[in-house]
Amino acid sequence: MTVGSGTIWLVIGLLGIGTFLLRFSFLGLVGDRRLPAWVLRHLRYTPVAFLPAIAAPLVLWPAATDGMPDPARLAAAGVTLAVGFLSKNVLLAIVAGLFALYGGLAVLPG
Amino acid sequence: MASTTRKSPYWRGVRDGMPYLIVIGPFALLFGVVATEAGFSVAQTMGFTVLVIAGAAQFTAVQLLSENAPVWVVLTASLGVNLRMAMYSASLTPHLGAAPLWQRALVAYLNVDQSFATASLTYEREPQMAVSDKVAYFLGVMSHMAPVWYLFTWIGAVAGAAIPPEFALDFALPITFLALVAPAVRTLAHLAAAVVAVLAALLAAGLPPGTGILLAGLLGMVTGAETERRMERRR
Repeated sequence: MTVGSGTIWLVIGLLGIGTFLLRFSFLGLVGDRRLPAWVLRHLRYTPVAFLPAIAAPLVLWPAATDGMPDPARLAAAGVTLAVGFLSKNVLLAIVAGLFALYGGLAVLPG
Repeated sequence: MASTTRKSPYWRGVRDGMPYLIVIGPFALLFGVVATEAGFSVAQTMGFTVLVIAGAAQFTAVQLLSENAPVWVVLTASLGVNLRMAMYSASLTPHLGAAPLWQRALVAYLNVDQSFATASLTYEREPQMAVSDKVAYFLGVMSHMAPVWYLFTWIGAVAGAAIPPEFALDFALPITFLALVAPAVRTLAHLAAAVVAVLAALLAAGLPPGTGILLAGLLGMVTGAETERRMERRR
């Protein structure tokens, strides 16, 4: 990371303000007006679109292996997804994924 | 549980928020570890956790900053991850819109996935709750979650430097994100949104840092919304 300390604090400050404004937006300013249905429909998919989009390149091309696909990490990602989907339990999925990761790193060729 | 006294809304909130602590603690710990591993100072790490108080967006910002992405890309992508907060805000407005402004501001600061989900379900179930009781309940839900979030981030940040690379902590972030997403995939539209976003993110990997994620996220949102619209029409 070559980003300077001042830039980092700038991001922290602006991200804090921006996040607060998103959370405050309707609660603070709009009152009881309703959002258009098409806006709500798009907002519903924000987490399921953004989170996997961020994770996918990290799973396939981990920086820790210089971007080479790693069997243990791929297996861990698969286990996390499967356990999370079947159990609907975030904590259980994290724990299962970590077990798969460490098991895979110990057993599979790196 | 046989209770003869009516519990105050605040203490009911405290009790209803308890189960989330087992998720919040490790998640905060991971953030502290990941941020310091990426080269952020303890103060900067705590700055994120206290001022932003949104795990997924914090992880995104840390990841993009460590890839030397430009500030506007970091902010756009991280705020994109937090866009759902505006929806939470809209959804709480009918219940809490009549509360004093400073109380609404406090609730806004503390509006995270877990507190929103817990409070909105309770409000739906008990519409007769007074506005002041609803605020007290919300604050109760977060009264332990917020301090645990701060404390465990700090522990992770301080202890993280002592954790060797064999622990593969680089992978804490994708595991946490996938663990958050997988249970949220409940319909074909969710699945379509996620699949399109993943494919787009991989295809756009050559673009400047963060830009691909932004495009992929927006494309996924449009895909999800369009799939939902068509499935509703078919019914």
